[in-house]
Amino acid sequence: MALAATQVSDTKSESAVAKTASSELIACPNCDWLYQARIPEEGGRAVCKRCHTVLITTRQEAGIRILALGLAITILVAAAVFFPFLQISAAGIGNRASLLDIATSFRSGALVLVSAATVMLIVLVPLVRTLLLCYVLGPIVFGRRPAPHARIAFRTAQELKPWAMTEVFAIGCAVALAKVTDLARLEFGPAFWMFALLSVFVVIHDAYVCSWSIWKSLEDAE
Amino acid sequence: MTTAKEAGLVACRSCASVWPVAQEHCDRCGARLVSRHETSLQQVMAWWAAGLICYIPANMYPMLVTETLTSTQRNTIVGGAFEIAHHGEYGIAAIVLIASVLIPISKFMAIAYLCLSVHRHSAQSALGRQRLYEVIEFVGRWSMIDVFVVAILSSLVQLSVVASIHPGPASLTFALSVIFTMLSARSFDTRLIWDRSDCNNNELTEAA
Ligand SMILES: [Zn+2]
Ligand SMILES: [Zn+2]
Repeated sequence: MALAATQVSDTKSESAVAKTASSELIACPNCDWLYQARIPEEGGRAVCKRCHTVLITTRQEAGIRILALGLAITILVAAAVFFPFLQISAAGIGNRASLLDIATSFRSGALVLVSAATVMLIVLVPLVRTLLLCYVLGPIVFGRRPAPHARIAFRTAQELKPWAMTEVFAIGCAVALAKVTDLARLEFGPAFWMFALLSVFVVIHDAYVCSWSIWKSLEDAE
Repeated sequence: MTTAKEAGLVACRSCASVWPVAQEHCDRCGARLVSRHETSLQQVMAWWAAGLICYIPANMYPMLVTETLTSTQRNTIVGGAFEIAHHGEYGIAAIVLIASVLIPISKFMAIAYLCLSVHRHSAQSALGRQRLYEVIEFVGRWSMIDVFVVAILSSLVQLSVVASIHPGPASLTFALSVIFTMLSARSFDTRLIWDRSDCNNNELTEAA
């Protein structure tokens, strides 16, 4: 906390505030407290004094790392769709399930919505979010002008964040395993380990995404 | 020491930039600017009610239907958890109970409490309520575990006559309930908690 509090200075007077819409000002999205934005030193964080929301994080080479992780996530998600993540056998009969199977497993009526939602939350949303972030950051990292519609792309990526549920699904696999122990023998397939790795990558990826810094570099690059 | 609102400004909740109060859209990110979401509480409660309405049948109807050579078994959410515990997998049973019962119910109570506290200009610690909100937002998605388990099992356990598992109607209502409560939490404008609290400065020194 000690580090944090010193990084953002309060707006001193009404006159400083009255200049309006200056990019120097930053308001905490959670409690509306107004600050004079000062970028913390590398590896530091600027935290709202009032509600402790992290306003700015700076990490070394965050842009290039987001791109690299984004590439890894894209490959893993794509591969995980086709490989089976669980295998089952009982009385000589076996079966295996990939995400593709899940997408097509609920055949009856309204329950199709459940499989559609599952596939959306664990494949589509994380994939789209990652691709959008790469689209937004790619040109900036390489010193080009931002791609067309980069702002909408980044805003959409941030909106999608809570709906990406890769890690929840990884736990779901473990629960599924326990649920049928008396019915059949279950084994993890290759895609399960991809999901485990994917969950870790997604968490690290998110940690590198600092909304304020990306908005600022988008603005500066234009 | 002011808020954007007190300074006659409006803050963008999506990119944290600050604009004159009359401006309608953020020049930086294009999001719609609202100084305070006045209808926020109605929206929160509408999603909340939808979530609660879906949560009741989600607990009454079967989540999973298991057919084996000898029997057909229908398990509700809680029944399924006890079944797992019966096999001695207490840790997994606890995960299911926490994700599908404890989290949704505490989420319903916490959102209702936050709305009431804002509505009644509660003097409770704003920081404490902000923390509560953050916990709710973080934890809500984990309720989807049981839905994913149903999706996994019903595509995996299709062993002709030996054993097969089908999703029950509760899987749909439960998934909807989780999605509605997530939307409910996201509609909440946390700035309302801070507007009506006047004990900020004391908390500051303590936290720093
Ligand atoms: Zn704040
Ligand atoms: Zn904005």
